Amino acid sequence: MSIDKKTVEDVAHLARIELEAKELEKLSKQLEHILAFIDKLSVLDTGNIAPTSHILPISNVLRKDEPRKSLPIEKTLMNAPDKQGNFFVVPKVIE
Amino acid sequence: MELYKLTAHELLEKIKKKETTSEQIVSDLTKRIKGVDVKVQAYVRASSSTLLAPDSKPNGIPVSIKDNICTDGYNTECCSKILQGFNPPYNATVISKIISSGNSFLGIKCNMDEFAFGSSTENSCFGPTHNPWDLNCVPGGSSGGSAAAVAADEAIWALGSDTGGSIRQPASFCGVVGLKPTYGRVSRFGLIAFASSLDQIGPLTKDVEDAALLMNTISGYDPQDSTSINTPVPDYTKALINDVKGIKVGIPKEYFVEGLDPEVKKIIEEAINKLKTLGAQFKEVSLPHSEYAVPVYYIIATAEASSNLARFDGVQYGLRAKAEGLVDMYKKTRSLGFGDEAKRRILLGTFALSHGYYDAYYLRALKVRTLIKQDFDHIFKDFDCIITPTAPTSAFKIGEKVDDPLKMYLSDIYTISVNLAGIPAISVPCGFTKEGLPVGLQILSKHLNEEMLFRLAYTYEQNTEWHKMKPKL
Amino acid sequence: MKYEAVIGLEVHLHLNTKTKAFCGCSTEFGNAPNSQVCPVCLGFPGSLPVYNQTVLDYAIKVALALNCKVQEYTKFDRKNYFYPDLPKNYQVSQYDLPLSIRGFLDIELGGKFKRIGITRVHMEEDAGKLIHQEDISLVDFNRTGIPLLEIVSEPDINSPEEAYEYLATLKSTIQYLDVSDCDMEKGSLRCDANISLRLAGAKTLGVKTELKNMNSFKGVKDALSYEIKRQTEVLDSGGKLTQDTRLWDAKAQETVAMRTKEGAKDYRYFPEPDLPPFIIKEDKVAEIKKTIPELPKEKMQRFIKDYGLSEYDAKALVASKKGALFAEECLKRFSDKNKKPVANWIIGPLAALAGSRACETSELGIFPESLVELIELVEKKQIISNLSGKVVLEEMVNTAKTAQTIITEKSLAQISDSGSLNSVIEEVIRENTKSVTDFKSGKANALMFLVGQVMRKSSGKANPKVVQELMRERLESA
Repeated sequence: MSIDKKTVEDVAHLARIELEAKELEKLSKQLEHILAFIDKLSVLDTGNIAPTSHILPISNVLRKDEPRKSLPIEKTLMNAPDKQGNFFVVPKVIE
Repeated sequence: MELYKLTAHELLEKIKKKETTSEQIVSDLTKRIKGVDVKVQAYVRASSSTLLAPDSKPNGIPVSIKDNICTDGYNTECCSKILQGFNPPYNATVISKIISSGNSFLGIKCNMDEFAFGSSTENSCFGPTHNPWDLNCVPGGSSGGSAAAVAADEAIWALGSDTGGSIRQPASFCGVVGLKPTYGRVSRFGLIAFASSLDQIGPLTKDVEDAALLMNTISGYDPQDSTSINTPVPDYTKALINDVKGIKVGIPKEYFVEGLDPEVKKIIEEAINKLKTLGAQFKEVSLPHSEYAVPVYYIIATAEASSNLARFDGVQYGLRAKAEGLVDMYKKTRSLGFGDEAKRRILLGTFALSHGYYDAYYLRALKVRTLIKQDFDHIFKDFDCIITPTAPTSAFKIGEKVDDPLKMYLSDIYTISVNLAGIPAISVPCGFTKEGLPVGLQILSKHLNEEMLFRLAYTYEQNTEWHKMKPKL
Repeated sequence: MKYEAVIGLEVHLHLNTKTKAFCGCSTEFGNAPNSQVCPVCLGFPGSLPVYNQTVLDYAIKVALALNCKVQEYTKFDRKNYFYPDLPKNYQVSQYDLPLSIRGFLDIELGGKFKRIGITRVHMEEDAGKLIHQEDISLVDFNRTGIPLLEIVSEPDINSPEEAYEYLATLKSTIQYLDVSDCDMEKGSLRCDANISLRLAGAKTLGVKTELKNMNSFKGVKDALSYEIKRQTEVLDSGGKLTQDTRLWDAKAQETVAMRTKEGAKDYRYFPEPDLPPFIIKEDKVAEIKKTIPELPKEKMQRFIKDYGLSEYDAKALVASKKGALFAEECLKRFSDKNKKPVANWIIGPLAALAGSRACETSELGIFPESLVELIELVEKKQIISNLSGKVVLEEMVNTAKTAQTIITEKSLAQISDSGSLNSVIEEVIRENTKSVTDFKSGKANALMFLVGQVMRKSSGKANPKVVQELMRERLESA
């Protein structure tokens, strides 16, 4: 499978990354190159193989429903690029 | 005094004998950093006045910390513009453990590839770190700052993180000891995630004993990390046994083929011979799916990274670009904040998970991951450990591979499988090339058998002199 | 009807645990913005989730109450999309291996049960809240990470009324489990709907519309009714429907097409690497099953059987768990075999009082035995009239006095002894000779008129039944 510029553009939108024309050109080529290498996986017959999403054989990791201290508001907002009162502030949604 | 030259265990011994103090060590180390970091650039934000954490203990040895491990009150930026100024209001579990063990950490952090994306520490928004053995060479990566700091005696010991070789490969390039623990042995809480199913924090040290000591400090179950293993931690210093008689070692034939630098190959073979003479038993084995490790890794790791890095959007912390409206703010912030390699990996990972490609890429990669793990399970039924080169070459020149991402990815060819299988591995210095660049020997063992790594590495180290070599700076 | 509506509902339910799904922050409603947040629910870099045991238990409880099959192996997935109320820009949810599948809920409509299939019940986390201002939005993450269940129905619902009934039954069932407030005003229960029309009897489905932003059960019903009308008009005029998402505007009483954020296919679900899977063994399921109380449907059927109530009465009495407990205490205590008066009093006057005080019937401070005493005084012993009984009831709620005390204090007791009534009867007969003649000539209505006159003269205190009997006797004997 290969990846064209249009696909890279769509993927960049999903990832919320803006690419200049030159950057898009370069990245598309590099990604195509990398994907061509990755495509060597397609020779393997993986039909009956179970996927591994967790390498450890652990399950049912749970905590008790016990309250813990929340952050003081100064710490919560300490790194905020924009804030108002107790709130984080973001630009308005324009689609 | 040149206390900075010593190992942590030597310094602890001196403190015990009242020959030195924690303060003297820090002051010596500070002088050393001021003296040589201009050349090496192992640390970032080094002009910061807060070199040492204020809660340092009188008997402690300061640990140098990679810039992706959260330190309460000290900037943690993953060497990325997008996290500029980020000051986490919490400590990573490993930091809490270091503090409660009586040690301390440095408030300035070690350089790294942005978000641990890279094998050369060239992808840092602060610029590259230089290899102390040859300043024109890379220190490896992504924990290149940590490895170079230890090699240059700018750190007594350090923490790095390893997702596909990011501790072991720079350890090999810089001639220090680097350990990637079993997945789940060390808490990931507070480690800014690259690929959650592969990441582990581990030590970079001047010798094997220090690695065991630091592992004693940072290992163990953490109720704040759901992927943490809930079994007791052995005293790793008890595994420092100078004897490998009868230990069965597998040599995977797939690791000694084309692509392995002949000089490195020769050095590794000599190291194997050394261990043979010390009584270890060697046999050739096969890890048949080795050649698929790199492609599997670059799908799984980038897919997870694309999701893990979605949170860097300018809303709560870090960089926010000026923009018209929300979507524009997201896009401008992320375009400005992420470097080239980060963008490449985010796009690759987003693609691998996207509709219509998931089965062909992501799901297939998870299945091949199963095959790679089974390869190891099979070998460890009959063998105590596996020995390989850590990297196919010694340190390469700065700039040599920056324009060829795939070539860069292949420098992790021997380290990646270990992360995919979740097993532990250590890199120990085992010689130098003609150009005077270090080479590392990689030892792998099964889940939770770090003790086997320590025993083999310790025996090799006690019977060689490589770890005592120092770069001229 | 030319068209048949095909409706599926997606309900999001807050579970009322003390802490959030993945961290120890409080879930309390209504506190200062961003006061219940920590690095985990803020998605700060390096933070990791650990799941709340109680959430899992509650989720299994709900799944079982909705007759779902709890899967032995279940896991979390990440649903990836950018939005400022989602701090990690992914939601921890479940995709291909949800907690439970294939359940059902029986709803009662006009005396008949209809079975609505439940596709799945899965676990996820809630997002934060945005307050939109002119040029900016304010973000509050207190709600972020509150445990949510998503309950997806099969498209088995065919009318707005059925949708309403499904929601009412679902709410009632879940409230019996004590795992959620189910309060739509607080957002602890939210509902989206999918609706399409097809020619009656057709097999294939029409073009589906997704409806959002309904803030009450009535809103869901109204939005669906509106949408049926709108879609019918489009189809009848030969137009084509497009698959879109529409928002219900309660003020304007109409749905408005909305631009979509990210298409469903763009969510890039993949297994959440930070959370190992759950293996839920049969014994765990059995253990939780034991904690499920008798649910409204079963209770209703039992009330019909044990107390001889009508379906209407039984359903009304079991709507809430506390109410049903209270009602059953009253039913048991009422000494008559016919329990209908008890149902009438609870569903009628008592519910009205509770309604005016915005509480449940069980929360009015009246003990079952006190209510039963009153009902018996009215209905059996006929010490007071029905009307006076309602006055006494309100007084009982206000003063916590017993019915008997109030009756004595206010001398509300009815006059039932023939001695004192006979003189009044004689008086009325004397003054209304025409009516007496009418009665004797066969006009039955005249009797009621004469009884009414006696009641008037006694200021309503005379027992009408006794008066009627005495009057009839007197007239027939003369």
